Amino acid sequence: MRSKFISVVAMLGALAAGTAFAGEFKPAVVYDVGSKFDKSFNEGVWNGVQKFSAETGVKVAEFQITNETQREQAMRRLVERGATMVIAVGFSQADALDAVAADYPDRQFAIIDVSWLDRPNLRQYVFKEHEGSYLVGIAAALASKTGKVGFVGGMDIPLIRKFHCGYLQGAKAANADIEVFQAMTGTTPAAWNDPTRASELAKGQMDRGADVVYHAAGRSGIGVIQAAADAGKLAIGVDSNQNGLAPGSVLTSMLKRVDVATYQTLKDGLAGTFSAGILSLGLAEGGVDWAQDEHNAGLLTDVLKAAVEKAKADIIAGSIAVHDYMSDSNC
Amino acid sequence: MPELWIDVLTVLDGTARLAAPLIFCAMAGLVSERSGIVDIGLEGKLLAGAFAAAAVATLTGSPWAGLAAALAASVMLALVHGFACITHRGEQIVSGVAVNILALGMTVVVANALFRHGGHTPALGAGERFSPIALPFAESLREVPLLGPLYAELVSGHNLLVYAAFLSVLLVWWLGWRTRFGLRLRAAGELPEAVDSAGVSVSALRYRGILIAGLLCGLAGAYLSIAHGAGFVREMSAGKGFLALAALIFGRWRPLPVLFACLLFGLLDTVAPRLQGMELPLIGPAPVALVSVLPYAMTVVLLAGFFGRAVPPGALGRPFVKEH
Repeated sequence: MRSKFISVVAMLGALAAGTAFAGEFKPAVVYDVGSKFDKSFNEGVWNGVQKFSAETGVKVAEFQITNETQREQAMRRLVERGATMVIAVGFSQADALDAVAADYPDRQFAIIDVSWLDRPNLRQYVFKEHEGSYLVGIAAALASKTGKVGFVGGMDIPLIRKFHCGYLQGAKAANADIEVFQAMTGTTPAAWNDPTRASELAKGQMDRGADVVYHAAGRSGIGVIQAAADAGKLAIGVDSNQNGLAPGSVLTSMLKRVDVATYQTLKDGLAGTFSAGILSLGLAEGGVDWAQDEHNAGLLTDVLKAAVEKAKADIIAGSIAVHDYMSDSNC
Repeated sequence: MPELWIDVLTVLDGTARLAAPLIFCAMAGLVSERSGIVDIGLEGKLLAGAFAAAAVATLTGSPWAGLAAALAASVMLALVHGFACITHRGEQIVSGVAVNILALGMTVVVANALFRHGGHTPALGAGERFSPIALPFAESLREVPLLGPLYAELVSGHNLLVYAAFLSVLLVWWLGWRTRFGLRLRAAGELPEAVDSAGVSVSALRYRGILIAGLLCGLAGAYLSIAHGAGFVREMSAGKGFLALAALIFGRWRPLPVLFACLLFGLLDTVAPRLQGMELPLIGPAPVALVSVLPYAMTVVLLAGFFGRAVPPGALGRPFVKEH
């Protein structure tokens, strides 16, 4: 009697799972450490999710990682609960997502900031951050009065060096004599979540004369912006538009349109046009950009705007090639 | 030369900023441990204080209300610790660890419930924090050679709580070594039986010690989130409570040496990130990780008895049982 009952339940369960998969599009997002309201990278993804849900009415399940060991477990649980697509945010989820994607070949997976995996059901997004960083490098050099600018990165990894390298090239292009200071908040994932340290680093650079500091440090970058605002200097935001965090103290933000990538993936999934492979989004594809809005309108001179827009057009046209640190691990 | 002098001053300036929370916490630990109660819960009280300060400052817009909340939150955890290990004579280390875990979890849960920012509080505006204070004549004296920059860079321009941190050392020294209460407090940590036979309540003394520790940790927490920083971030205490404990041992439970230990650790913390990417003569790329680990390494070496000896208060960690 009991075993019969269990088998009926199991059958019903299987049936439910089957129909869920065949009929419905059930997407899920796994955010990286730093939480989805980091006013930066994860929040960009969340904005894409919001836009998609508002337009289509499809609900997106989500999971916020709070420690390293949860990743794979969280993804498996989402899939087992019927998610047909899992989007993972951030390179540190690569191994976990790869393992889960291999075990569930009939589900769709996407990951942002990863380009080295290879699965027939996995889409990978990379951004040409060096191109966007080049633009804000020009802006920094032109806005600096001291001829010294700074860069505060998060975890010391090739991806963040790529930001720095693009920034350096842009700054040098605008002012060959410029001095660019560089520092990283740490070497572990905790570096994304340490605004105190980031603000000390920014203060250190400003003490040495920097008057514009660009950060690529996730949530830690809030500390950089705050330090710049406290000292009456300028900061440059990253990933999401951070101009509004301290209006008048944020020169611009290097936009990394993870929201576009997320939205695109969700739309494709819904329309049944999901494809695997590596997608690289740069200036030409609208994947990176620099931010202009009412918060920084007073900071951008016409000369600065013209110079940045010209560089943008040149990069899109191909007449300026910005070197990518990750191509040869050298800047 | 003036260039180098300015570099030295900015490093010392950073040292004062980074040492301030350590000083508060180490002084808290000093008072508590001198009364005989091991205070491994410094970290938890610091974190709870930081969260309460940021949350209340966000909600009310007043840094003073935030400061009051930080003191209250930290004192409450101190009382939990006291209730467990003074009133009920529980194991002090276990109770301290419990305080840490409680603070770690509670702050994030409450932050999520209140603000829905993933365990953070919203960034605070200018009027909601303790801003740097420019001391009188700082700008006009800046031009005076050597001493002008010293005054303008190093002495002036900190927020209120940095000055409070240095004052707290003086206060703890005066309280502990120049008052009758201090003598009794230290006796409760060395030989509680003697205090008891003199007709003074050991429990009351230890509770007072723990209360003072709670207040000092609250100040440290407020410093982290509404003075030095601008908002609470999960786990923002980042081991500072434990580092303060190390400084306490390194300074052998005496106010002035403990202050120097805190300043030394603060200096290392300031120098480490500034060394990043620099090429040092003879050594090559600066060993940043090595500099960061020095405070802990030095404390271990000290505890192992390689230079000097760290002798804790005699009755530290021993619950007092009144004999009949």
